[in-house]
Amino acid sequence: MRPRAAVVAVNGVLAGLAAVTLFPLLWMLSVSFMPAGAASALPPPLVPAEPTLVHYRELFLNAGMLRWLANSLLLALAITAVSLAFNTLAGYAFAKLKFRGRERLFNVLIGALIIPGQVAMMPLFLLLREMGLVNSYGGVVVPAMASVFGIFLVRQYARTLPDELLEAARVDGASEWRIFVSVVVPLLKPVLASLAVFTFLAAWNDFMWPLIVLTDHELQTLPVALATLSREHVQDNELMMAGSVITVVPVLVLFLALQKYYIEGLLLGSVKG
Amino acid sequence: MSHPAAWVFIAPALGVIGVFFLLPVAAGFALSLTDFDIYALADFRNLRFVGLDNYVRMLETPLFWQALGNTLYFVIVGVPLSIGLSLATALLLHSRLALFRPFFRTALFAPVVTTIVAVAVIWRYLFHTRYGVVNHALEAIGIGPIDWLGDPLWAMPTIILLAVWKNFGYNMVIFLAALQAIPETLYEAARIDGASWWRQIVHITLPMLGPTLLMVGILTTSGYFQLFAEPYVMTQGGPLRSTVSVLYFMYEEGFKWWNFGAASAVALMLFGLVFAVTWLLMRLSRRVAA
Repeated sequence: MRPRAAVVAVNGVLAGLAAVTLFPLLWMLSVSFMPAGAASALPPPLVPAEPTLVHYRELFLNAGMLRWLANSLLLALAITAVSLAFNTLAGYAFAKLKFRGRERLFNVLIGALIIPGQVAMMPLFLLLREMGLVNSYGGVVVPAMASVFGIFLVRQYARTLPDELLEAARVDGASEWRIFVSVVVPLLKPVLASLAVFTFLAAWNDFMWPLIVLTDHELQTLPVALATLSREHVQDNELMMAGSVITVVPVLVLFLALQKYYIEGLLLGSVKG
Repeated sequence: MSHPAAWVFIAPALGVIGVFFLLPVAAGFALSLTDFDIYALADFRNLRFVGLDNYVRMLETPLFWQALGNTLYFVIVGVPLSIGLSLATALLLHSRLALFRPFFRTALFAPVVTTIVAVAVIWRYLFHTRYGVVNHALEAIGIGPIDWLGDPLWAMPTIILLAVWKNFGYNMVIFLAALQAIPETLYEAARIDGASWWRQIVHITLPMLGPTLLMVGILTTSGYFQLFAEPYVMTQGGPLRSTVSVLYFMYEEGFKWWNFGAASAVALMLFGLVFAVTWLLMRLSRRVAA
């Protein structure tokens, strides 16, 4: 193939693929601004003839979207904050603090990664019910307060920190807690940013567990509420697209803003330990 | 030297994982050997040990076999399609001919971070029989309207398309990083020997990607076995139960009918299946490498 033809072919295919990945998202945005019923026409309209915010108004004023948005935000933030703290402490200890049985314990945790979450779901539901956490925010947050993946990610990164730095602080008489707060955490910032974005997005997008544990309409997260809405409003095309926009846009914007950290975390997490 | 402080550092995370994951997993095994149902949910005294009854009954349930078949269909078609597309796009992005690389990478990756429920809602309308954009486009090239989500023949392929669209970007990024790690000198040597582009792919790129392929294969397969949200939103398991997955079956058994014993048996069976497939993939790759 001549170079110029090859350039056109490679970029043409990439552009075509990008169009396929972006089209559904752009179409969602466009339809969400169409008046009710306008999208059910032939040929399917691509842009709204008369843009309207009526569906957003309906969702926020009558359907309770604001509450679900707040729930999603609150739960994702709480999970991110707590699990970041717990995973960082543990990941650092597994990387840099020597203790008996460290490697064996870590291997047990890594081994547990292969167990799919649903094996735990039924007993976890019963446990949380005993604790009075079913149908409460706690039912979503508490089981997510630490994760093997998070510990693994922090450990991977913390292992690259120079031991001399920690030893020097110890010689100076700093306590382990002091060293962690003023030496280790600042150095871990890049991986903490990655883990924070990862955790937030996963918590926001999570569906099955919140669906199980939150039965009260008022307490539900956006994905759960959207799934319920979509079963009730099968015909309300445009309304559902507005609901999808509200659910997807926050995470898309967050990803675009912090893409670098997200991709770095993804790669760090996928390297074999 | 041992640090006593270490235990204080790992205690919170270990406590959470132990109490809210490892303990429930162990309890799941026990639960699968009981007749835990809605009566036991009301009062634990109604609980009885039934041995392997749940497993036997599960294997006698036609819907379970259908769910297993549907899930295997999804995995066997979806995983190679997904990984193949990831690899192809990674090769394109890695090519020196690609322009606007950051833009393409972001655009192709975007579906990964979207919410599956919202995306399933969008796809339900994209694939609408009458007003969907997909059928409209197909009509232009002379293909008659397909009842994507209403026809048992097409419902699962539609869900597979959605999953591939949503997920291929993830592995694409991993492949891209692995491609960048292959030393350029290998390709230079091959070019001097007059190796074609295709031969370079087969004899340098693919072997060098071996370990990455294995890892991606295992992670993607175990992820695809856990199909749930797509059928829940798009088809509710229909039409004619053609999109009931094992996890969907478990969800209905457990959280619709409250048969926790039976649901635990299903969950453990799925775990066993994922474990066996992982083991098989690892063995297979060792044989290929040898």
